[in-house]
Amino acid sequence: MDLQLLFEATVSGVLLGCFYAAVSLGLSIAFGLLDVPHIAHPSFLVLGAFGAYVLGGYGIDPLVAGLLLMPVFFVFGLGVYQFYYATFERRGTDTGLRGLAFFFGVAFIVEVGLILAFGVDQRMVEAPYIGESLEIGEMRLPYRMLVAFGMAVVLMAVLSVYLSRTFTGRAIKAVAQDEGALRLMGVDPVRVKRIAFGLATAVTAVTGALLIIVGPVEPGLGRIYIGRTFCVVVLAGLGSVPGTVVAGLILGIAESIVLSTAGAAWAPAVSFGILLMVLAVRPAGLFGR
Amino acid sequence: MDAGTRRFIVGAIVFLALVYGLTRLVSNEYVFFATYVVLQFIVLATAWNILGGYAGYVNFGSGAFFAVGAYTGVALFKAFEAPILVQVVAGATMSGLLGLAVGALSLRLRGIFFSIATVAVAIVIETAVVNTPYLGGAKGLPILRPAPPAMFQSYLEFVFFVMAVLAVIAVFCARYVETSWIGRGLRAIRDNEGAAECSGVPTLKLKLFAATLSGALMGAAGAPFAQYLSFIEPTSVFNLNYAVSALAMPIIGGMSHWMGPVIGAVLLGTVQQLVTVTISSELNVLVVGVLLVLFVVAAPDGILGLVRKLRRPRAPAASIGAKA
Amino acid sequence: MRFLRPFSVAFAAAVMLFAGLAAAQQPIKVGIGIAQTGPLGGGGKAALLALNMWVDDVNAKGGLLGRKVQLISYDDQSNPGTTPGIYTKLLDVDKVDLIIAPYGTNPTAPIMPLVKQRDLLLMGNFSFDVNAQIKHDKWFNNAPWGAGAVAWGATFLEAGKALGGKTVAFMAADAEFAQNLATGSRQIAKAMGLQTVYDQNYPPNTVDFSSMIRAVRNAKPDILFVASYPGESAAIVRAVNEIGVGPSVKLIGGGMVGLQFAPIMEALGPLLNGFVNYNSYVPEKSLDNPGIRDFLAKYRPRAVQEKVDPLGFYLPPYNYAIGQMLEQAVTATKSLDHKVLADYIRKNEMKTIVGNIRYDAVGEWAKPMVVMAQFRGVQGKDLEQFRQAGKQVIIAPASMKTGEVLPYDKARK
Repeated sequence: MDLQLLFEATVSGVLLGCFYAAVSLGLSIAFGLLDVPHIAHPSFLVLGAFGAYVLGGYGIDPLVAGLLLMPVFFVFGLGVYQFYYATFERRGTDTGLRGLAFFFGVAFIVEVGLILAFGVDQRMVEAPYIGESLEIGEMRLPYRMLVAFGMAVVLMAVLSVYLSRTFTGRAIKAVAQDEGALRLMGVDPVRVKRIAFGLATAVTAVTGALLIIVGPVEPGLGRIYIGRTFCVVVLAGLGSVPGTVVAGLILGIAESIVLSTAGAAWAPAVSFGILLMVLAVRPAGLFGR
Repeated sequence: MDAGTRRFIVGAIVFLALVYGLTRLVSNEYVFFATYVVLQFIVLATAWNILGGYAGYVNFGSGAFFAVGAYTGVALFKAFEAPILVQVVAGATMSGLLGLAVGALSLRLRGIFFSIATVAVAIVIETAVVNTPYLGGAKGLPILRPAPPAMFQSYLEFVFFVMAVLAVIAVFCARYVETSWIGRGLRAIRDNEGAAECSGVPTLKLKLFAATLSGALMGAAGAPFAQYLSFIEPTSVFNLNYAVSALAMPIIGGMSHWMGPVIGAVLLGTVQQLVTVTISSELNVLVVGVLLVLFVVAAPDGILGLVRKLRRPRAPAASIGAKA
Repeated sequence: MRFLRPFSVAFAAAVMLFAGLAAAQQPIKVGIGIAQTGPLGGGGKAALLALNMWVDDVNAKGGLLGRKVQLISYDDQSNPGTTPGIYTKLLDVDKVDLIIAPYGTNPTAPIMPLVKQRDLLLMGNFSFDVNAQIKHDKWFNNAPWGAGAVAWGATFLEAGKALGGKTVAFMAADAEFAQNLATGSRQIAKAMGLQTVYDQNYPPNTVDFSSMIRAVRNAKPDILFVASYPGESAAIVRAVNEIGVGPSVKLIGGGMVGLQFAPIMEALGPLLNGFVNYNSYVPEKSLDNPGIRDFLAKYRPRAVQEKVDPLGFYLPPYNYAIGQMLEQAVTATKSLDHKVLADYIRKNEMKTIVGNIRYDAVGEWAKPMVVMAQFRGVQGKDLEQFRQAGKQVIIAPASMKTGEVLPYDKARK
């Protein structure tokens, strides 16, 4: 294959991969660290995307809209986790499965709510960086993908610093490792988990805005991202936030390269095939605990 | 054969006789189309529950097992005009093998990895099917139904009866697993896998058995689908609805007893069919979502759990330090 | 005793009169299962609105055969698995008199055997070659492409050849409609002597087309034929503008579903310039007639209210036309008998707001009328500009042309 083409496909893949990593970050916290079967995460992404769309109607740039929505989503996340904890985790048995069904229900309710509010048509936003690309020689890099890339890197860095330098952040990592020990040290694990889930949901506000920057969004889009986001999180290894970027990169690059070759139709099989292979060889994922 | 099993078999025969009578008496085809879907979900929910309810391993890719059964049936029909019984057996075999493969890959690990593996497998198989022109690919394949056998007035009624038989077989298998030593072992695994392994339960073998049986039954449910619809294409068989329903029905009905999935399937399946032809709109999905949330929050052990709680007389409050 | 006889005759006459009146009060029921959710939902909702408008118009004129018309519709969720159940409910439980097919090919396929077995009249709704194998004689598809893919492939590729193109690249979604289009067009390209330099199917729901477009650019085609679904059409238009297809490409487009939908047209705006795509109606002189102008004017406010496609160019006029065809057939034959109606539709010219239609032996349009239009001069994200002529210039077929096709590079400006 043409080396230039391969190189460019890899670069596109890096940008795409960081986008996948970004949209999976919220799940990486909720599911990877807190073990919450948060299958409604992609629906929250779509909710964030529509939030950015609505604010875009007032002329607000989508990224700014995402940032503005973060506090709202944080509070929303706190509420959702509180309900989830009171109903499921406290009761003990079979939490995983019932929690899963609960979040499925939530995902459907969010989807229908969006359909009733906005209709089933696709929505897009506009911004000065959508539709233009950066030219480097023969290569063209769309600005919107560069924005996604930049945002992913920033989010990753901020989250890493937060989780390792601040008290609450370290408490979140601790609660994932050993809840009992944390309780013995005088920290309320439920409060920590609630904040973590709120944080994960706040992240989906911004990454949801990324979703609508990268492409058109319609209420049913969440279903398509369930597979992708869980794939990234599991491939990364549960509990590893930096691993999310690596996993996203692997999937993005694989998809991008396959799309530029003769077997483009097989791209999803390649991505999930990689996941299966990793599960077979190293079930904890690439960086898992 | 104990009394319970004898009663079950008698009940099954009565049920099948009623179903057959239905095919002779009712000429309204809608009844057959709608009830077929409910029967199909009885098989799917029961199959799912063998691994999900009894053993605690959640299958997220029920659609893939269903679709493998459906497409195996289609391939055999297209190549050899195979009769439907052959299609069902072949579909069950292929899906059973798939269950075994996925199980071998991921059942050694924590339950969540099995679930993710089922999602991945579902997507890989869907991509493969879409890219196989012999199976119709994305365009789909119209199927011309053959003539019905002697006792039935139309092929649709015959397929309907076959599905009723499959429902009976599925429930029979589930009941057998539940009441035998296999079921005890699976329950031990569900409660605490480590302890079960230490007590000598052959956990891996039992899990693989459950996964294979579960997959096989789902494949059997899928095999007649193309004959039912006279058409097959990927999006209707790999639909997320199958994965969600197969999960939701046992949860709603109750996961610890074979009756639970049946109740859940009849309830949710009927509601879905009714909603499709009454309020019929995006509210369909809302109904499923709300039902799920309601049941999961209010009735953690499903309808069977609720019934059990209502039937049991209130136990007198006992305090731990009470006088003997 | 003698007055008993005239009394009984009078009584019988009165009973028959009342029964006749009761029957006359019974509405004529028309049934359809059409996508209101799922991937086909956007189009389906707009289509259903148009059908409801037809029902309102017919009832305002006094109904059909003196009876009111009632439309009974269910959502098939874009899932072919639901259609047999829905149509048997319509026929056996709701006892509808007439049926219209679902929107799209795959949802229609499962009910074809049912319809043939019961020998029913079925009005097809924008489907592709659904009757090719079964050959039901009471099937009439309302879609401007007629039988086979000639209507798109030939006109598009000929335009490419006229611009001097010799090589062609194909990009097609792995989904039913796109695959049908692409398959037909590949054969036509070969017959025309065009050389295929790139031919790829891509998975539906692909997010980023950068690497694919890059690969296409590498192959240096003269013509790029794209068969895509709404989700990807927008992404592909963006990718083409961002990555570029190279200076060799003279013609892009062909079978991109979604570029006819208002929300996507509005959001893409000037990115669309230069694309040549199929459509069923554009506001150009050659397609204009008072009927469709009237329809669009009435459609607009209702569409905004019900949150569906506000332009209404693609499906809605065709669904309204289906209603008109049923109206014409029933009124002319004064019958609801399916055989009589089918004979009438087969033999007569049907006058509708989308033109005068004649059907061929397999129930498709005898004279295809797929319009290939080039987006030109689109500025900004204003939706209203699309209502005027000149933004989507018809470049083929020759009988409807309102302008000459321009090479992509020139038309972009």
